This record gives sequence, C-alpha cells and structure tokens, in this order.
Amino acid sequence: MSTSAKQKREMPQRYRLEAAACAKCGYIAFPPRSVCPECKAREFEPVTLPERGTVLTHTVIRVAPSQFTDEAPYVIAIVQLGEKARVLCQVVDCDPETVAIGDEVQIEFRRIQAEGEAGILHYGYKAVPV
Amino acid sequence: MRKVAIIGTGMNKWGELWGTSLRQLYTEAALAALDDAGVPQVDSMYIGCMSSGLFAGQEHLGSLMSDYLGQAGVSATRVESACCSGGLALRQGFIEVASGMSDLVLVGGVEKMTDVDGGQATYALATAADQEYESFHGVTFPGLYAMIANAHMAKYGTRREQLAMVAVKNHKNGARNPRAQYPFEVTVEGVLNSVQVADPLRILDCSPITDGAAAVVLCPLERVSEFTDKPAVEIVGSGHATDTIALHSRQDFTWLNATYEAAQRAYTMADCGPQDIDLAEVHDCFTIAEICVTEALGLVEKGKGGAAVEAGETALNGRIPVNPSGGLKSKGHPVGATGIAQIVELTEQLRGEADDRQVQNAKRGLAQNMGGTGGSTTVHILEVK
Repeated sequence: MSTSAKQKREMPQRYRLEAAACAKCGYIAFPPRSVCPECKAREFEPVTLPERGTVLTHTVIRVAPSQFTDEAPYVIAIVQLGEKARVLCQVVDCDPETVAIGDEVQIEFRRIQAEGEAGILHYGYKAVPV
Repeated sequence: MRKVAIIGTGMNKWGELWGTSLRQLYTEAALAALDDAGVPQVDSMYIGCMSSGLFAGQEHLGSLMSDYLGQAGVSATRVESACCSGGLALRQGFIEVASGMSDLVLVGGVEKMTDVDGGQATYALATAADQEYESFHGVTFPGLYAMIANAHMAKYGTRREQLAMVAVKNHKNGARNPRAQYPFEVTVEGVLNSVQVADPLRILDCSPITDGAAAVVLCPLERVSEFTDKPAVEIVGSGHATDTIALHSRQDFTWLNATYEAAQRAYTMADCGPQDIDLAEVHDCFTIAEICVTEALGLVEKGKGGAAVEAGETALNGRIPVNPSGGLKSKGHPVGATGIAQIVELTEQLRGEADDRQVQNAKRGLAQNMGGTGGSTTVHILEVK
C-alpha cells in the first residue's frame, strides 16, 4: 500500500498532465526528467499535455491484476497526444472490442484504482473515444 | 582479455515444484553443474534472480546460496535485471574470468514462483514494467506484448495464425526435452481456441509460471583440459544493452532496440554475423516476442518474423533453428533462471548431447535473454572448439 506522500507527489502528472519541454530540442518529457533523452540538455520548460489524441496500439485485458479484476475486460492503449507525447492509459466508455488503431480519443479525469478495502483511491487520466 | 569456456552445466526438471524450496532448487542445479565440471570448489559465484523478495520473501541470495552449496567464504553476487537476470549474471561471470580476476566461476539462475498465488506472481512480474506509468493503469505483461503484437500485425501484416505457429514449433521441440515443464505438442487450432489473456494473445501464446534453476561453471579456455574431456565450449561474444523501460516511450513498438544493440556488440566481439549462427535460444516469453527478437538479431528480415516461422525457417530442421529446447513457452520460464538455461541448452547442443532435439552440425550458437518489454537484453555467442 502506498503512502499519502506518494499520492501527493504524483498528483501533477496524474491530475493535471504536467510535463516538461526540452528548451533545446522540444522533446516532451512526461513525467518530467532531468536530462533530455534526445539531445542530453538539462533545461526544460513546464508544459501541459494536449488532451486530444490518437490510439497507436491497444489491447483488451481479459486477465487483470488483482486490483482491476472487477473491471475486466477493459482496454489499454498507447495514445499519441499532440505531436510529441505518448501515454499509456485505459480507454473507457466504449465496447472494448471496437477500439482500433487510429481512433481519436479525449483524455478525461477518472478513478483508476482503489487499494484494498480501506485503501487510498487513485485518480488519474483515462481516454474516451471522441 | 582471456578466453573463457563453459566446462559444466546443471539444470533441474522444471515445473510447479511444490516440494522444492528456493534454496533447494538452486543447490540441485549448482551441484549438478559442479559435478559435470569436476570442480569441487569455485573462486566466485553469480546468482541471477529477479525477485526472490516478492516471490519468496528472501533477499541476500549471495550469502544464502554460497552457504547452502558448502562454499561459504567465496565472493557471491546476486544479479537482477528482471527476466534478463540470468543472462546478465553470465556476463558478470564471463567478465570476471576474462579479466583474470578469478579462474573458476559458478553462474546460476533461479526463481521460485509458486509459493505465492497468481495475483501476487502477476504483481511481482509487473515490477519489471514502469510501475508509475504502465502498471498503475492496469496493464499486464501479456497486455504490453499484446500491444506489440497489434502494432506488428498492423505494420507488417503479421497474422494471428503466425503467432500461434511459434507456440506450435516450440512445443514440438519441448516435447523432446525431458526437463521441459510442458513437454507436449499443441496445434494452431488449439492455440487459437485457448483462453483469452490480452487480445490478441491467448494463454498458449504465453510462457508459464515456473519453479526452476540452472547453472554453469566457467573457467579460462586454456585450463579446460584440466577438468573435462568433453569438447570445450567457448563464450566468443557477449553483448548487453538497455532501452526505455516504458513501451510507450519508444518510437517503434515492434523494434527491440536493446536486442539489436546487444547483438551487434556480441557479433563484433565474436567477429561474426547472423549468417554464421547455427542455432539460437531466444526469449519467447510470448509468441510475438520470438518474432520481434529474430528480426532484431538479424536472423530473419525485419517484418518477416511471422513469415519465417510459417515457412519453417526457424524449425528444428530449418535454416536457423530457434529454441530447440522448447523455449520459455514449453520449457518454462522461472525468470531468473531462463538466461542460464539457454546457455545449458546451447552447451549441450554444441557438445552434441541434445539427443532427440539435436541440431545437426551445430558449431556456433546464440542466446538472447531480455527483461521486461526489452528494456534490458543480453546476447551471448558460444562456439565449440
């Protein structure tokens, strides 16, 4: 079980999609990093990820980890947000069988998982088809 | 650098070994390797293990295993790189002998996976992914490889049936391996009708949960004749590379760049190329993985991994036999032991001891072992002298 400190630390990315753009080459780091993997620069500007995106690849999870068992089957996808950022997240509010590469999606703020019976509720981003 | 040879191998029959503990698994395989080599005492040990902490509540394997092997006092190091732990342990042992630091080094790999339930095992394995940006969202390892499969099918036209053919081929080989966990054959239809895990992958596309261990003894090539009359098997190439831990951070989800880079480094050291390899043991944790790995190693053309399996190119009697042992798919996948078991298989093949699954005229073999979705990879090339 994670601590509230961990929850608070992760909020900027989970709740607000806060990222960092490399000041030299424009690489988008999500989450923010100290070193640009493309040009090795260490200067970044804060940016927020776009909330519209495209499905690059996907799967339907049928056998889920224990904290997601009740939700299966559900879709996991890698989504391109804008030109440079990619995230992995669930695609919800749709028939899992219908999601396809190239689908347009919108990022929304949702509950992701709950830790045990009295554990912390985790919120974050999921995608919904447009 | 000194030349390094393998002089002994040991491995248990793998499976769900309810009566055997973590330390017993390791000790059985390690003693078999020491006996095969005719070496009672080693200078140093490396133990590849991914997660004895989460699977068995036990860390500090260097001390535990040297103690229970009757070697307490020697240098003993546990090596972790997810499912690549075994391959990386071998590389550390190779470096230690090559450098002249030690002469006799025991390299083992072990994983005891069935002392926890399926949910805990899934959790332990998922720690090899990016916990905060992959696992958090509910993706599993089959799910990550399923996304690689969908991307490969979309980009290259790879067909669902071709994925199944990897399982069919490897089970056919594994049925001839007395140490395999699942030594039986499967059919394409059987794979396509097995339980769905993460679309498009089904249970018979996935490697199993396994208890097992494997071990080898290394020494300088010039000292081989002091210990054994068997043909000397030299490690002529060793490459290791890393890639992003998260799949979504990669430009091309179908390309395993750490495998490519590790292979290039190993080919350069061995002064050979993919056309010079007679057989390969590769990390088929899922059927799609073998397809992507054979492409990144250069054994088949990029995008043609599925077609190569279908054409029988990678079959036991094909142009380049891949996974004559049955692979992770049929032999089993005790994660930390897998990279060492590949070396055990190659050594037996190169010595001509592989019985029903012997690859004819096997002179040079390649082993590829990877962690996570390819975030770390080792490639070793072995040659019989």
